[in-house]
Amino acid sequence: MLKTRIIPCILLKNSMVVKSKAFSEWRNIGNCINIARVYNAREVDELVILDITATNEKRPFLTSLVRDVADECFIPLTIGGGVRSVEDIRKMLQVGADKVAINTEAIRRPKFISEGAKIFGNQCMVVSIDAKRNSKGGHSVYSNSGTVEHAELTPVDWAQKAEDLGAGEILLNSIDRDGMMNGFDLELVAEVSDAVNIPVIACGGAGKPQDFVDVVKQGHASAASGASIFLYTQYTPNEVKRQMSKSGIDVRL
Amino acid sequence: MIAVVDYGMGNLRSVSKALDLLGFKNTIVSEPEALENAERIILPGVGAFGDAMDNLRERGWIPKLENEVLVKRKPVLGVCLGMQLLAENSSENGEHNGLGWIKASVRRFEIDEKKFKVPHVGWNNVTSSENSRLFKGIENGKSFYFVHSYHAVCKEPEVISATCEYGEVFAAAIEKGNVYGTQFHPEKSQKWGLAVLKNFVTNV
Repeated sequence: MLKTRIIPCILLKNSMVVKSKAFSEWRNIGNCINIARVYNAREVDELVILDITATNEKRPFLTSLVRDVADECFIPLTIGGGVRSVEDIRKMLQVGADKVAINTEAIRRPKFISEGAKIFGNQCMVVSIDAKRNSKGGHSVYSNSGTVEHAELTPVDWAQKAEDLGAGEILLNSIDRDGMMNGFDLELVAEVSDAVNIPVIACGGAGKPQDFVDVVKQGHASAASGASIFLYTQYTPNEVKRQMSKSGIDVRL
Repeated sequence: MIAVVDYGMGNLRSVSKALDLLGFKNTIVSEPEALENAERIILPGVGAFGDAMDNLRERGWIPKLENEVLVKRKPVLGVCLGMQLLAENSSENGEHNGLGWIKASVRRFEIDEKKFKVPHVGWNNVTSSENSRLFKGIENGKSFYFVHSYHAVCKEPEVISATCEYGEVFAAAIEKGNVYGTQFHPEKSQKWGLAVLKNFVTNV
């Protein structure tokens, strides 16, 4: 049986690992390679590393950093941040990434998803969707690390469009829940997970093991990601998985 | 010396590093001629079938690979897309011909995709056959890392040395003479993946 994945997320700002709250209030919490090493020792299912300022700083993700992590950590790796071209994707894969997460460029130029999928396969293309509640009671999609609102785009519409264009997975981030450790936005995750036939990785809000149980059982997520929980609390990915296993969810232990 | 073939389709580095970790001398080769010095060959692969075959063809790999593998009978391991390339053809993004070293066709999963989302991404249990050389010493049912939408449908079922189930049972590994393939990524499957890689080097 395919196991539900628990995927620690590492956010990078100026090459340092940061913890954020609602995509702001960043606090430096350490060095990427050191944190990756701990996750590697813990044998986590996968790792996501997102460079949150690459796009706004108009530069690509630092390939040297990807190489350093990939060289030591034999974990499936998804890299995102500043990926704007097929060449960027190729470079990431060459230095050890397995999948690439794209956000801003995909919104700006949706065909980019198809271009990448055609050459690298759709399993390589993760479309990252940042969503925030809007005044109309729904969610809007944001780009540029949560700074540009696309009010005309709902997470469900965009996820479906991304799927049609060739995305292999959706990385769904709740801006409101980010860093709050108060649980995932279950309604948002369920809406998107039920709307597409590609795996959805839920991100934003994980604070305790039960949150992961809820996001799978109620949110129908295929995988769940957390950052603050694994760096600020005593919970390790395996402890989260033990709770999930007790609740009847198939995980890799 | 193990040659890891660089045909422009990403992520050779992880395979090379995994071999380094296991203590096996290996080189990433970008020129077909370099295969002369290899004792065994690994064909990695991340990407789409059509592009991969185009790259292999355009860079002159096919005649050399055929000589080393089919004539000199050097062991070869195809990983993920690399395993799929061993097949006769694939229907990914149109019909494409593969290397044809195993009688198989690469097809997309035919399953209820609402229930079993495609691509098949993550860790899943692999059941191996008793006489498998790749899985020697590896307990049955261990999880390996998969990330794919297509898989090889084998017309010669005797070459399938391990299976996995995701809506349907599919070939997780093949072994045919000196030709080996894994649909999962052994270089990303931690302890048991490294054990499979080790078996490819020491047990075949």
